[in-house]
Amino acid sequence: MSLIDALGRLEAVRTGRAQPAATVRHRHLSDRPLVLVPLTTAGEAGAPLGALVGTDRDAPRLLVVPQPRDRDLRFAFLAELADAVLPYIDSYAGEVEAAERTETDPETGKRVKVEAELCADAPQLIVPSRGGIELVRLLGRSMRFRRTAEQDPETPHPAPPRVPLLGRWLTHYGERARVPGSSLLLALTDLLSRHWATGQSGLEDQHLGALLAWIDPPDGMTGAQAALRAELARDADGQLLCPPAGPATDPAFDNRLLAPAIERYDRARTALAAAEDGLEADGRLAALAAAEREIRALVERVTRPTWDAVWRGLDLLRALPEGAHVEERWTRDRWSFTGHRDRVLAGEPPQPRRDDAVTAAHKLAAREREQARLDAQEALDDPLVMAERRLAGEAFTGEVTEVVMAYSEGKRPSPRPLVTVRTEDRPHLAERAKVYRSLGGRPQTAEFVGYEPCPDGALIVLRITDKMGRGKEPEPGSVPEKGEHVCFTLFEHEQRGGAKLPEPERTPWTHGGPPGEPGPEPADPVTEEDLL
Amino acid sequence: MPPPRTGGTALRHRLAELRGPDVPAKALDARALAALAANPGCRRRAILDGAGVDKAALASALGAPPVFGQSQFAFMRGNAFEARVKADGGAELLRLVRETLDPGAEPPERPHVPDLTAPGPEGRRTRTEQALREATAAGAWTLLDHPMLALDVAGSPALLEPDAVVVHPDGRWTVVEIKSFPVLDGSADPAKVGAAARQAAVYVLALEETAARLEPPPEVRHRILLVCPKDFSNLPTASAVDVRKQRAVTARQLARLTRVEDIAGTLPDGVCFSPDLPAEELTAAVEAVPATYAPECLSACELAFHCRARARAAGAVTALGRSVRAELGGLSTVDDVLAAARGEAGDPDDPAVAALRRAARLRAQALAAADREGAAPCP
Repeated sequence: MSLIDALGRLEAVRTGRAQPAATVRHRHLSDRPLVLVPLTTAGEAGAPLGALVGTDRDAPRLLVVPQPRDRDLRFAFLAELADAVLPYIDSYAGEVEAAERTETDPETGKRVKVEAELCADAPQLIVPSRGGIELVRLLGRSMRFRRTAEQDPETPHPAPPRVPLLGRWLTHYGERARVPGSSLLLALTDLLSRHWATGQSGLEDQHLGALLAWIDPPDGMTGAQAALRAELARDADGQLLCPPAGPATDPAFDNRLLAPAIERYDRARTALAAAEDGLEADGRLAALAAAEREIRALVERVTRPTWDAVWRGLDLLRALPEGAHVEERWTRDRWSFTGHRDRVLAGEPPQPRRDDAVTAAHKLAAREREQARLDAQEALDDPLVMAERRLAGEAFTGEVTEVVMAYSEGKRPSPRPLVTVRTEDRPHLAERAKVYRSLGGRPQTAEFVGYEPCPDGALIVLRITDKMGRGKEPEPGSVPEKGEHVCFTLFEHEQRGGAKLPEPERTPWTHGGPPGEPGPEPADPVTEEDLL
Repeated sequence: MPPPRTGGTALRHRLAELRGPDVPAKALDARALAALAANPGCRRRAILDGAGVDKAALASALGAPPVFGQSQFAFMRGNAFEARVKADGGAELLRLVRETLDPGAEPPERPHVPDLTAPGPEGRRTRTEQALREATAAGAWTLLDHPMLALDVAGSPALLEPDAVVVHPDGRWTVVEIKSFPVLDGSADPAKVGAAARQAAVYVLALEETAARLEPPPEVRHRILLVCPKDFSNLPTASAVDVRKQRAVTARQLARLTRVEDIAGTLPDGVCFSPDLPAEELTAAVEAVPATYAPECLSACELAFHCRARARAAGAVTALGRSVRAELGGLSTVDDVLAAARGEAGDPDDPAVAALRRAARLRAQALAAADREGAAPCP
């Protein structure tokens, strides 16, 4: 944790309110996000218990599995989830704009621009916490290899039609969430703690209720009091006033309310199965429906507060102005969405269980590159983030005190002006180190030439080396003027791609050799009492 | 490595006093022992655990009840899976052990599963030791289902019950840990595997203590078998987990636990942690031993909410996380840090203070710039 962030947290402790950790919003927020508040059954590998899902904050759709151990009921839940999520995704798949994409020409091996479709916008999924992102991945994994009766009439326990497709989309979203700076699938706790420093630890910030309590405490309460209440306060029944944001439920809820309700449901179902005539069955059906309603009410009771909290958190985030580079990163997310849409349309098989060596290396390289890009862009967009980099000696700001025109040696001398900057910062500059500043959104490079201490700081002499046009005289505005306030960074603003990786079929033996023809991945084996 | 026994009786007597009259000692389980490694520097935890104080009851009496609990769904699922793994006289489990850890050994044709029932925990422990001795001498695959082991902790034995211990035909012993979190496409949640490994390491230590009493002492394998459900099924899958590191860490922590004696020596007479005492008296008693609170305690220690409240009231910066503390040098309270940052206190030549002031200045500048320009990007 940087000192600046630590100071923010200490200020929050003193004032009883969260303090800004960013001055702009660093993630894209859709106008119409799909919020998903899922719950799972304790101890099961991702056996869902229920969820609230939807795009309308006043009308969430409640999905419930009254007996999570029942495979048919779980499938019914997943089918309903597919009904809620897939139309939302589809609504973005149709609207496209023309765009260009660089591709490697298969014949010449050169990078060429090709016309491509790019979805005009992309669906955005918001879950309350990091656990929610993990669950999205898990659900995706559990569904994408399922076989429907149409795909394979012989399959035991066929999945409802659209479930494998939902699995592929959730897998894609879960995978994309691992790319730094991406916004297709976001956890609200991550979003809020990125933008506010609370008076508690990062560990405690994972609790959505407590986090919101610090950022926006109710009247007459400090953040600390409100957070404590969110964490611990229980009603007369022993139930938390602010239920956990999931996907895990509170054990007290499971043991006191949910388990008895599920037991009543099971009893009602057994009784219905044992009914001997229609009249008796009618009555027992009503009892079963009542038992199911009871479980639905319980699930709604523990998801609704989280649902409302997620929307409140989104309101708070929307009040922040969007960072300048957020749009650009969202365009990458749109490419990612469009790419997966195309793979689905082309009838490609679901994502494999394990990536081959080249794909895995590509993914890791992309994540590293995106992390560097995110770090640079957040600093450029946000003076508070830049302050952290300045404190770390990775950037400096100051006033230009002198500009001396100079030229490069050679047949065609180019302008290489020497600019002196007075700064109070302490950049860690090595000899001839390159530094960068943003000039109309494009990075301009300069070289560190000399250094001279002065009262309250130092004079740093830089030689500007590019972005001054082709002429002998630099283009107007391309060289800082005396008195101008400038900010140079030691890190690059734009990330270059790494070394090119071989095609998968040319994977070297050190990495397992070519993966071979990808066969269809088998569905997970099923046993009688399987869960999920 | 058993801690020295010197003064054991006196210490035990002193610890009983701390616990309170007629309060039975709460036996340490493997989970609690393994959690010691999470915050070894906490003297409060050391003395309370060492004395066998029921920390959950103590925390409730202090008005800060712990929030731990287990859902009965998780409990049922765990039991059902364990029963399945051990079904059929342990044939499947022993097959997994052989396949994963000892492929050279003969296949377990007719696994031996000795009956370990005996009256009382101490009886079960003696019975377990006897069964281990017999199985080692017999040189055949043997499965000990829920054996009872003892581990000397700060001079008093803690009784531990692993899921299973397997004796190989060559006389070596393996700890088996059965967990109900899934192994998905060959990988599992690292946090959960880590917790299982720390727990198994405690069992390995206890087994080594038992082994040391046999002649010749059999070898306790440092690769334990972790059995989990595979993917989304109920089928078990096994992996060997090397617990040498966790074993070494826990052994060191346990050796250091003898400090309990020193800590007890520093306490004023009459200090008692009995949950029947009034809250004020208890608070004072608990205050008599310094704690080292960090947010990580919240997931490991029953007393954490009490310690957190005290740490916050005292303005301790560690309540915000250990990493906050790292950058602040000798400044340990919120007021001190903020005063130093504002230039009202602190030595400007102290590098920590100087860095703090610079950070405060940069932060104020950035926030002011954002306010002024409506968050314009850096020039």
